[in-house]
Amino acid sequence: MSVLELREASVSRGPRQILHQASLALGPGELVALVGPNGSGKSTLLRALAGLWPASPHTSVLLDGHPLHAVPRRDIARRIAFVSQDSTIDFAFSVEEIVSMGRYAHRGRFARESGRDREAVKLAMARCDIAHLASRSANTLSGGERQRVLIARSLAVEPEFILLDEPTANLDVAHSLEILDLCRDLAASGHVVVLATHDLNAVVRYASKVVLIHEGRIVSTGSRDEVLKPQALEQVFHVRAGSVSDSDGQPIYIFHRL
Amino acid sequence: MKTRLSLFYLLLLPILFVSAVIGVCIGSTPIGWREVLHVLGLKFLPQGWLDPGSVTPADLVVVWLIRIPRVLVAAFVGAGLASSGVIMQALFRNPLAEPSLVGAGPGAVLGGVISFVAGWSVISVVSLPLAAMLGALLALALVYAMATRGGVTPVTTLLLAGVAAGSLLSALSSLLLSLNIVNWQMAQEIVFWMMGGLDARTWTHFWMCAPFVLMGLLAALLQARDLDLLQQGEETAASLGVDVESAKRMLTLTAAILTGASVAVAGLVGFVGLIVPHGVRLVLGPSNRALLPASALAGAAFLILCDLVARTIHHPAEIRLGIVTALSGGPIFIWLLMRRYRDVTVG
Repeated sequence: MSVLELREASVSRGPRQILHQASLALGPGELVALVGPNGSGKSTLLRALAGLWPASPHTSVLLDGHPLHAVPRRDIARRIAFVSQDSTIDFAFSVEEIVSMGRYAHRGRFARESGRDREAVKLAMARCDIAHLASRSANTLSGGERQRVLIARSLAVEPEFILLDEPTANLDVAHSLEILDLCRDLAASGHVVVLATHDLNAVVRYASKVVLIHEGRIVSTGSRDEVLKPQALEQVFHVRAGSVSDSDGQPIYIFHRL
Repeated sequence: MKTRLSLFYLLLLPILFVSAVIGVCIGSTPIGWREVLHVLGLKFLPQGWLDPGSVTPADLVVVWLIRIPRVLVAAFVGAGLASSGVIMQALFRNPLAEPSLVGAGPGAVLGGVISFVAGWSVISVVSLPLAAMLGALLALALVYAMATRGGVTPVTTLLLAGVAAGSLLSALSSLLLSLNIVNWQMAQEIVFWMMGGLDARTWTHFWMCAPFVLMGLLAALLQARDLDLLQQGEETAASLGVDVESAKRMLTLTAAILTGASVAVAGLVGFVGLIVPHGVRLVLGPSNRALLPASALAGAAFLILCDLVARTIHHPAEIRLGIVTALSGGPIFIWLLMRRYRDVTVG
């Protein structure tokens, strides 16, 4: 099974350093939540993991021990899917066309869509509950529908690693739970799912591992109880965190301004 | 979508065919379609099948050496500009982008003007298209060099560099023109060429343009899927497996060849590359594999008809083709814009 790893990876944009010597290893079956305030570097970390940051000597991302930047783009794309937070779709592509784009890296330049491609697309649409939208223009969808279309496209890739940048930010309660359940199923079936999120209560319920980021540094990594301690939350998010217990014993966080 | 596509071709192909036939028949000396078919038969059927005496030598010359090459050049210029427009609009994720955006159009014009001023155009008819083509490619190289930092070429920078280089190159063309305005005959030729036109186009022009347009179109079709993905944004394209930088290089090069080949034989013919892809997209949707050939054929029909108007409406004089495309394309464009605006406000 594959392992995706950041080893003391630093990323800078111009003079500004966005990520400071971040180390993180992701293995099969994990559902990892990246949490941290706005601008803390969650998105950058996800992009670094997806190999979308230009190569630099300080950005060491390893896939099964090999530097990611030496792997051809197509091969990376077959194994690591990334869904950005920006879900705008400018042109009137149909939902099915958008999801089929996930098969790009599997198809030869001259190859027609194979039965396997069609199957992967169909399954991905069914899993994200968008099969009924297949022939709709993607630019006429609601924000939540669009988000599910883009997640379906990442599933059509049939990747080992799925990196989602705030996938539930635009979703209503039911669909956001649906996507989180989907993430849990994917992790259970051996995928690695990483989500950047602001929804700490969802993290508590779903994530097997939590990574707390603050000002470009990974503050702590571990189980939710190890990472989401009241002092840490207070320090990073500048809030006072209390928690009550749900009927099933899970904590529900409640925040107050300091 | 499939039925839409078949319906589109069911309408377009007859229009293209009829406009080509009318384009050959109508002119200063009207020629019947039977004579036209007869000339074609004489040229393409084995010798002796048809009686060469049944068409006059004058008709033969008019049809085979004047009208047919002109109509064919119009078709290929239209196809080249329209498919180049498809590439630009997808690459820049903007339905209002047009072929000359990365400097290829103004570069081709400057190349053409230089060949007039240097006197090469008098030496051989080939020198003008060659210089224009070279100008288009050099302009693209310049724009690319300006927009690239550390191996990365953001499309927004590319767009800005293209616009900047475009106005610079156009200014140089105008400078050369005004320096040589005393040579009135040459200046007039330059001005007419810059306005775009297809008068006195021969088989030479056809061979200077058609192979490049066909090559460009084929290259574009092979990259149709990359184009679809780039249309989703570069980061998305990269995450799905597109080698973004090399795809952008190949696509802009393809667009520059298509634009260069068109400007080379027809001068600056505006609006075709903007309107035709935009209009076809409204009917067929944005998928580039369908859009590229459909726009190329629609562009061919559009330009044949525009050229027909250009040479008949003000008979016996000709109006410049660029003026006709702008006059007919401008209102269509405004209508599209208003439609788009309405869609935005409603949706």
